[in-house]
Amino acid sequence: MNSAALSGRAAPPGEDPVALAWQALKTVEDPELPALKIVDLGLIRFVRLRSDGGLEVGLSPTYVGCPATEVIRRGVEQALCSAQLGDCVVTEVLSPAWSSDWITAAGRQKLQMCGIVPPERTVANMREVLRADRPPACPRCGSADTECLSEFGSTPCKALHRCRACLEPFEYFKCI
Amino acid sequence: MSAVTADAHALFRYVLRLGDLSLVLGQRLGEWVGHAPALEEDLGLANIALDLIGQARLLLSYAGEIEGRGRSEDDIAYLREQGEFLNAVLAEQPNGDFGQTIVRQVLIDAFQLELYERMSASTDERLAAIAAKSVKETRYHLRYSGGWLVRLGDGTESSRALVQSALERLWPYTVELFAEDDLDRAMAERGAAPRLADVHAAWTIRLDEILAQATLTRPVDRPQSRHGKRGQHSEHLGYILAEMQHLQRTYPGARW
Repeated sequence: MNSAALSGRAAPPGEDPVALAWQALKTVEDPELPALKIVDLGLIRFVRLRSDGGLEVGLSPTYVGCPATEVIRRGVEQALCSAQLGDCVVTEVLSPAWSSDWITAAGRQKLQMCGIVPPERTVANMREVLRADRPPACPRCGSADTECLSEFGSTPCKALHRCRACLEPFEYFKCI
Repeated sequence: MSAVTADAHALFRYVLRLGDLSLVLGQRLGEWVGHAPALEEDLGLANIALDLIGQARLLLSYAGEIEGRGRSEDDIAYLREQGEFLNAVLAEQPNGDFGQTIVRQVLIDAFQLELYERMSASTDERLAAIAAKSVKETRYHLRYSGGWLVRLGDGTESSRALVQSALERLWPYTVELFAEDDLDRAMAERGAAPRLADVHAAWTIRLDEILAQATLTRPVDRPQSRHGKRGQHSEHLGYILAEMQHLQRTYPGARW
């Protein structure tokens, strides 16, 4: 586990620092999916008070090689610093591994709104990933007549598809 | 050496084997960036390379912690000599044409898939966590590489001939992946790693399924003595390291 310590002015008396930290974390964006906050993706695993009174935030990477991971981490650190919540530690949480099942309902809705089809399967079906599956329906016209153009799209978490009916390309957030 | 340090040393070497396999293969795939047959394949190979480098980072950081001499993932990747790399030599074989890259990828993706799936239950918590994370991504790697092998094998006469000959050329290197030595055995006995015989059996079934769909013929196993896992490499690794390590060797400690 990697941890980075930050220090700052302590939380104002009478306020719950954990709740304040969650408030601050809700502002952090995913640089690859600017419409979504990282809490929509379920990347924050926990916020807790340590015995020394400092805060600890657990953060998970989506893909191990995702270049956005470092930017997200800096975003989390900055949000916590500017919320002035005293000493904070950001801990990388690898286990259990992040899953697309943890994208919240609000997150799925936001993905839809920017033309990205949210994962259609749950991780319980991961073994079926190796079998060719039914491509997702087009998020624009709803047609089921779509094809996969590329298993890896603009980021590792998305595949690139095209609708054969309206001819528009669209992205699919892979189940992982 | 005390029993504890001997155990730690064995684990260190085992984790390097896994990390180096991903690192060297990731570096090889990176050579395709800007050169792949189509933009989609450029992105696909680059994304797989990124995942592999991500796995290597987790594994090499862990190796550095086990070793306890303060070496970081970067020190281990950039400042070791060729003989200290412990990847199986299959990973360092040249890209060749797209078909040969795909064949190498299928062979290693299927190996990593079967290995990581079992290693998710490792008694070593850290290895279990890294394996459970990596196996999810590896499924997509195999879906990509296996899909391409089927299209090329069951494609034109010329694409089929190219991938069949790449398969003949690379197949002998797979023997080393499954050749269990004292270190593999010790890790399996501790429950830290699966038995390679189990991984081999599952790998063979998976490969046979893909090869059948691709209408390709599985080459015959021939005894081979490759010892990349002990640090004895083909001539290709030196060139990879020269490129990968050049910057850190020339400007020690350089940072982004």
